[in-house]
Amino acid sequence: MGKRSVIPYGPQHPVLPEPIHLDLVIEDERVMEAIPSIGFIHRGLESLVEKRDFNQMTYVVERTCGICSFGHGMGYCETMERIFDVEIPDRAKFLRTIWFELSRMHSHLLWLGLLADGFGFENLFYQCWRIREKVLDLQEMTCGGRVIFSVNTIGGVLKDMTSEHMQIILKTMDEIEQELKTIQKTFFEDYTVLSRLKGVGIMPKEKINELGCVGPFARASGVAVDMRKLGYAAYPMIDFEPVVSEDCDSYARCYVRLMEIYQSIDIIRQAIAKIPSETDLVTPVKGNPNGEAFVRLEQPRGEAFYYAKASGKPNLERMRVRTPTFANIAGLCEMLKNTELSDVGLLIITIDPCISCTER
Amino acid sequence: MAILKFAPEALSNLFKPPVTTAYPAKPAEYPERSRGHIEIEIDDCISCGLCARACPCGTISVDRSAGTWTIDRYDCIACGFCVVKCPKKCLTMVPGYQTPGGKKSSVTYQKSPEVMAAEAKKREEAAAKAAAAKAAAAKE
Ligand code: SF4
Ligand code: SF4
Repeated sequence: MGKRSVIPYGPQHPVLPEPIHLDLVIEDERVMEAIPSIGFIHRGLESLVEKRDFNQMTYVVERTCGICSFGHGMGYCETMERIFDVEIPDRAKFLRTIWFELSRMHSHLLWLGLLADGFGFENLFYQCWRIREKVLDLQEMTCGGRVIFSVNTIGGVLKDMTSEHMQIILKTMDEIEQELKTIQKTFFEDYTVLSRLKGVGIMPKEKINELGCVGPFARASGVAVDMRKLGYAAYPMIDFEPVVSEDCDSYARCYVRLMEIYQSIDIIRQAIAKIPSETDLVTPVKGNPNGEAFVRLEQPRGEAFYYAKASGKPNLERMRVRTPTFANIAGLCEMLKNTELSDVGLLIITIDPCISCTER
Repeated sequence: MAILKFAPEALSNLFKPPVTTAYPAKPAEYPERSRGHIEIEIDDCISCGLCARACPCGTISVDRSAGTWTIDRYDCIACGFCVVKCPKKCLTMVPGYQTPGGKKSSVTYQKSPEVMAAEAKKREEAAAKAAAAKAAAAKE
């Protein structure tokens, strides 16, 4: 047995998009154990329910994270809709689905870029972000914000998409599909990329189930969990199957996320083809909420959980968000065991950590 | 295994113009729906204060007697909730972001004297009406 030592990793580290700290117990160059500590960017958003009323909270919850902002706003609104027991108009459901898939695309493209940056492929990184910019433009065109949508409201959505908007979206989807094909070759076949990803960071299926990992991280190890199949928004009316890989390594995580971008493109096309033409976008809700409810959503990073408890007052009693990264940190520490120290940065990126979400 | 899969793409990029805009040499273009900042049609405002109460950031303050409407643009998150809540539809979200600054400051909009005078007259009339009604009720 070699000599053990502890290396502090993060919270400020060039490879980390957000601050997380890991104490790596290493023996020679091998990581034996990883001990996480979080709490660098806790903002107390959940306790803001005491100061902001349930309508204002929509905008607060949305700002939990800049990448999955749409999902957070939608998750909160769905929870409140359950408390109020209202059904939102069909067109609003489809619009939510389209926006949610757009945000998934931009999140996955961002991640692909970060992954490329993680293994030092700067050029590929820029190409991914160049494509992502097109998705951001669509978001800005339809909602007015590049990453913060502010279109969800309790009972529906605030803005509609015109038919021109939809035409532009469809056209851009075709372009993105073409461009993705060019970078896909590099991610799936290039020698340098494969040598960094193949067989690195193996996470067996049993461990995923044991530690309750979620999202693409779980799907890359053959666990077909996808909360979209629970049937919120317009997903029951859309035909899709979760993307799953049995490889369990970093390459599989890259594969799953890249294929999910194609899947999102497909879902958006289906949604635009099936969207009903209604003028109503909001089912009005009256009075103050009373009761409790929870909702589970598939965010780009995995399953997110929203809980709200109200007692007939404008201010909620309790609001809770459990984000996907929170569920995946346990899996990350397990995965880091027995890996090379030089792979740690890349492996942290492969779970797509979103620490701001986690700490709220 | 293939090597240099990305080389054709990388080489072709050498001969393409940049995808970014040469800002500020070229002006930035915003879509029509861009949530930049809030504008107010101050003379339509009835100083009801609903926008101030709705704002999640406490950005707006309304003074009914002075006829002013004040916004701290540095606090505004451009969520647009005040626009939804305003009963007179005098608030609009328009493109154009707040320029950065070294200090926080707020902007105050003042109603025109004519509108103020008309409002004061209306209030007086209403007060006179209420007084008359009260007197009539007392007589009975
Ligand atoms: S846009 Fe939002 S933050 Fe800005 S003033 Fe209106 S309600 Fe307040
Ligand atoms: S809600 Fe509209 S009318 Fe009322 S104070 Fe605000 S801007 Fe004026």
